[in-house]
Amino acid sequence: MSDPMGFLLWVKGPGLNWALAIFALGMLVRIVEIFMLGRKTNYAEPKGGEWGPGFKTILTRSVADPGTFARAPFNVVVGWIWHIGFLITLLLFIPHIELFRGVLGIAWPGLPNPVVDAVTAITILALVATLVHRLQHPVKKRISTPEDYLVWTVTFLPLLTGYLAYHRLVNPYPLILGLHILSVNLFLVVFPFTKLTHVFTAFIARWYNGAIFGRKGVES
Amino acid sequence: MSELTLERGLNALRAEIDAPVAAFFSSCVHCGICATACPFCTETGDPKYTPILKLEPLRLVWESEFTLWGRIKSSLGLSRKVTDEMLAEWEELLYDSCSMCGRCSIVCPVGNDLQYMIRKTREGMVASGHAPEGLIGAAGRAIRTGSPMGLQWKTLDVQIKHVEGSTGLEVPVDKAGADYLVLLSSMEIINFPEYLEAITKIFDHAGVKWTLSTDCFEATNAGIQIGSKDIAAELVERVVSAATKLNVKNVISPECGHAYTAIRWEGPNLIGRSYPFRVFHIIEVLDDLRASGRLQTEGKETDRLSMHDPCNLARKSGVIQQQRNLMDLVAENFVDLKEHGKYQWCCGAGGGVSSNERAEPLKMAAFKRKKAQIEEVEPERMVTMCATCRTQLEEGLEEFNMDIPVVGLTEMIADHLVEKGPPRG
Repeated sequence: MSDPMGFLLWVKGPGLNWALAIFALGMLVRIVEIFMLGRKTNYAEPKGGEWGPGFKTILTRSVADPGTFARAPFNVVVGWIWHIGFLITLLLFIPHIELFRGVLGIAWPGLPNPVVDAVTAITILALVATLVHRLQHPVKKRISTPEDYLVWTVTFLPLLTGYLAYHRLVNPYPLILGLHILSVNLFLVVFPFTKLTHVFTAFIARWYNGAIFGRKGVES
Repeated sequence: MSELTLERGLNALRAEIDAPVAAFFSSCVHCGICATACPFCTETGDPKYTPILKLEPLRLVWESEFTLWGRIKSSLGLSRKVTDEMLAEWEELLYDSCSMCGRCSIVCPVGNDLQYMIRKTREGMVASGHAPEGLIGAAGRAIRTGSPMGLQWKTLDVQIKHVEGSTGLEVPVDKAGADYLVLLSSMEIINFPEYLEAITKIFDHAGVKWTLSTDCFEATNAGIQIGSKDIAAELVERVVSAATKLNVKNVISPECGHAYTAIRWEGPNLIGRSYPFRVFHIIEVLDDLRASGRLQTEGKETDRLSMHDPCNLARKSGVIQQQRNLMDLVAENFVDLKEHGKYQWCCGAGGGVSSNERAEPLKMAAFKRKKAQIEEVEPERMVTMCATCRTQLEEGLEEFNMDIPVVGLTEMIADHLVEKGPPRG
């Protein structure tokens, strides 16, 4: 582990395996904890269904209503940019797809490297902007906790190290690639214990929201 | 405050935590968009009123006791504990600065139903002795006298006699087997007696068999506003008992927002069983009568009218198109506020805020949002269908020297009924 190659082999081998195990087990516990609580029987005569409206809200809540967009344009626009940017760099970068092929046995077409490179740069800038916004906006500043800054950091580091590795800006290459994978491991380990859980639970939350409103005959 | 009282509050919070609550708290990313949806935030500019922050006591209990990770953190002494001091500090956030309008619930990007959780958190506040005096008084009066304002049947009886005198129609009381049991709100009886006269005329016109009940005339539920299931269930049982005794098929909630959500949505769950009758808001009943051709109207209001959707009726119960159908029937110059229906803005008085005297400055601050909306479309009059909203609109518009009268939709409909010969007497 003292040499860069040894470090790289460890982070992409045992390190990644441990991180994936903690991520998978941790998230399984979180999801089971939610559903185990259940809901009480609802005796009120429904005006509408729950399943349909629930699934509809999973989709529709991705788009802000015009009033909210006008009142929080930064949140909406920058939020969309960095979420999509993050997904593109994660899922459509060809070396990543090769990794998925190796682990999961499935693959899909990627985007040309220069495109992913540009998207990464935009995503990095957008994430920096969200940090500045969090530090300055009165509401965000007031409701932010150390966890918010931890989550920002572990989300930012894979993008930054990936960008540095791709452009060979740190030498030797195995060191920066190792740091990139280490940052991903860190992201995976932190994931189940922080608000990163929203990646999964937001779909559950939106379903419940849509179902609760839908039962009352309101499209949420 | 004793340890015991705090523990009772914490137990009440524990009892409220369910799968949706866990999913909601697991999903919050602290984006702050809920603050842009809340009139108490936008109009005071104070970030402490951010809706998700108001839920911190419930969130702490959930995290430290209902998640494995939280339990580990607590056992290491790393979690903040809910204390009596904390709950005392949160009283203003959970009551004075929240009308449970649910606007945050409909815009939260991750789908958190914050209003659902505010309602739950209030259970813990009541149990731990941290509810506002004004609401404690209203809930006590509701239990003792049947009315949160301490109003008694004899007051209503005087009004009934007055209505019978002015209309020449009978106001049916305790008529077993009627199609509809009509409930009223005390605020309506005191501030807007024209409502009773209006439904008396409309139901006579449409040939609806209805009745009032001397056992129970109050539709509102102070137990739900304060957040006490025991009180709320007792008040619902009174309605169920009166409706069952008279063997009515339907119960009509008056021009009041929360009374409708209380009886329509929470009631059956409070008493743990379905009703042997159906529940409608008066506006739903009127629109049904319209659709079936039983409302014959003549003439239209000609001035520029706009409408305030009560949160409980529109966003929280899906009654949105009905009031617009009825407006079309009697108004030729109707213009909607820009954000209306499920995206409407609260008047600032709901959720018990209007019964909580100490919240008066915040209530007026929140009204500025509605005021701005009204100024955008410049109506000559406002129409609404909730006595609390109507009172707040009247007080608010007067406070800001805006000469815009507020009318109830039901009475506006009654004003346009086609005369059908000499009244029966």
